[in-house]
Amino acid sequence: MSDALSKERLAWMFTQMVRIREFEERVKRTFEEHPGVMRGHTHLADGAEASIVGSIAALRPDDHLLTTYRCHGYPIVLGTDPNALMAEIYGRETGICKGYGGSMHLTDVERGFLGTSGIVGQGIPHATGAAWAAQIRGQGQVVLSFFGDGASKQGAFHESLNIASLWKLPIVFVMENNSYNVYTRVEQEDANAAAGEPLAVKAKAYSMPGVTVDGGDPVAVYEQVHAAVERARSGDGPTLVESRVYRLSAHGNIIAPPGVPLHFPEHEAITVFGNAEEYEAAKRGDPVPRFRARLISEGTLTAEEADAIAEAARVEMDEAVTFGLESPFPAPEAAVNYVYA
Amino acid sequence: MARELPYIAAIGEAIHQEMERDESVLYFGQNLATSEDDPFLKAFGSDRVRVTPISETAEIGMAVGAAFAGYRPVVQLYMAEFMLVAMDQVVNEAPRFHYMTGGQVTVPIVLQAGYGFTAGWAGQHTGSIYGMFMGVPGLKVVVPSTASDAKGLMTASIRDDNPVVYFHHYLLTLVHGEVPEGEHFVPLGEAAVRRTGGDVTIVAIGWMVDKALAAAEQLAAEGISAEVIDPRTLAPLDTATILQSVDKTGRLVVVDQSTRHGSAAAVIAAEVASEGFSSLKAPIQLVTALDATIPYSQPMEDYLLPDEAKIVGAVQQVLGFSPVAA
Repeated sequence: MSDALSKERLAWMFTQMVRIREFEERVKRTFEEHPGVMRGHTHLADGAEASIVGSIAALRPDDHLLTTYRCHGYPIVLGTDPNALMAEIYGRETGICKGYGGSMHLTDVERGFLGTSGIVGQGIPHATGAAWAAQIRGQGQVVLSFFGDGASKQGAFHESLNIASLWKLPIVFVMENNSYNVYTRVEQEDANAAAGEPLAVKAKAYSMPGVTVDGGDPVAVYEQVHAAVERARSGDGPTLVESRVYRLSAHGNIIAPPGVPLHFPEHEAITVFGNAEEYEAAKRGDPVPRFRARLISEGTLTAEEADAIAEAARVEMDEAVTFGLESPFPAPEAAVNYVYA
Repeated sequence: MARELPYIAAIGEAIHQEMERDESVLYFGQNLATSEDDPFLKAFGSDRVRVTPISETAEIGMAVGAAFAGYRPVVQLYMAEFMLVAMDQVVNEAPRFHYMTGGQVTVPIVLQAGYGFTAGWAGQHTGSIYGMFMGVPGLKVVVPSTASDAKGLMTASIRDDNPVVYFHHYLLTLVHGEVPEGEHFVPLGEAAVRRTGGDVTIVAIGWMVDKALAAAEQLAAEGISAEVIDPRTLAPLDTATILQSVDKTGRLVVVDQSTRHGSAAAVIAAEVASEGFSSLKAPIQLVTALDATIPYSQPMEDYLLPDEAKIVGAVQQVLGFSPVAA
């Protein structure tokens, strides 16, 4: 266990992982329990909680982050009110984006969460631009750019890493490699993966460090991202951190026209590749119970304390569901607000 | 005090003055400020003035991100078509975020894009492609036709809190005009009436404004009084000024270097047909480029483009004259 992390900090990390999980389980259950409430396309980060929390744990309050459309977890860790997040996902006026953005575009500028593009890879240059802003401002701010393995085949990724390294921008590129780009396995679409190399080798092309970390271990993620953040903060430029995670839900809910009840299908490992064993193994390695067991065995938390944390998260997220369901919809005519600033 | 400046220098003067006035204004792009003697680099330093690789997606995307973080970047793109490489950032990122975040962020960026270089640049560097951007909610689209407006509209574009695509015409680059010294601000969304007249309204865009004014001069000799309107900004479009003029003249000719179905002219005609139909005494005429890629060879290039004679012909047609026999 890292010396750098206090007992309190480890308990905080576990708490945040559990809060994300409980929030997202409720999002997923909403499809069944409250048909019609969920619209469009929703993506869950179950399985990536350790990576999200370990990464954000390395930040200062005035740092910035930008993420992918699989974005529910980050603001929960940053302290955004889960009520406002659930209300946004339910399309309500009380949502963090007042119902204009929904699940794929969560944003909380006050807490440094600057925005979320729903288009794969396109948030990477936004984060890079925010890092340029941080460099100019000269107050030691760092930007975290979260994206998936699929995004690393986008020109936006390559162009941004080149400039970030060239300009020594204070940014850490956190690639959450969950081995699937929608229904395609990474070996089917990535030359490095096909050659048996980690995706972090892409960093070499841009003369920056590239590291691969077990994204199921929040402490390991924290240590790598912390080192990268400190490097960025000291003016030495960016790092590519490949965080190996396994998403425990399918890519997203089914894509269907109105009238067809939406739901989450089984994971692509099963539905597309017939590989139930891979999925079951991932479930056995679920980062949340894994971290819980570790904290208990190392004496950081008692089982009772861990249970109390989980129970508090359940109550908190139940309240978020109730708040969201009871919140009003926006006035229809509000749809023409915010076209121009 | 106004003095004569070339159109391109007026643009540069506006950017320079805004960078002096507001240290959050940044200026960057390809092949920009590579020499230590560059006046922008000397005045504002390498934090705020930077050369980029040929990476339009990153350039425009980084402008968006820097704007999220409180800056006001101007991206020098040179050719408008280079934006097409980064269409997602221009159309589906920059103008979406203020809305999608419920107003939490603003994206005050300016994309400086030269267009319409119909001087032998052939198929890929000559388009007048503003029409495809003017229908994107959240984007502002600016098309200055004079040196003075080039400065005033750039000032307004930089100060605007929205993403602005600033289309400057390459064939106007060295055209001189009177330009006010010091601060000069032309509000976005306000058309200019370049010439008043009572018989016909000619709405002309960008490079076409001078051609429309020349055509109006020629028509005046025939006793036809043409009003010439320069929209200056295509989004938001000053429909009111156009409708007011058509209400007076009853006739409308719209002149646009774009190909017809991608033109701003088609949108302007639709607005007038929809909102001003009762004023019209004749069908609206569009004088646009023909629907073809711009060819290299000059006789073919000339053939495709609107010119003074085509404008005069269209005006004569809406006034009920028989087309002049060839």
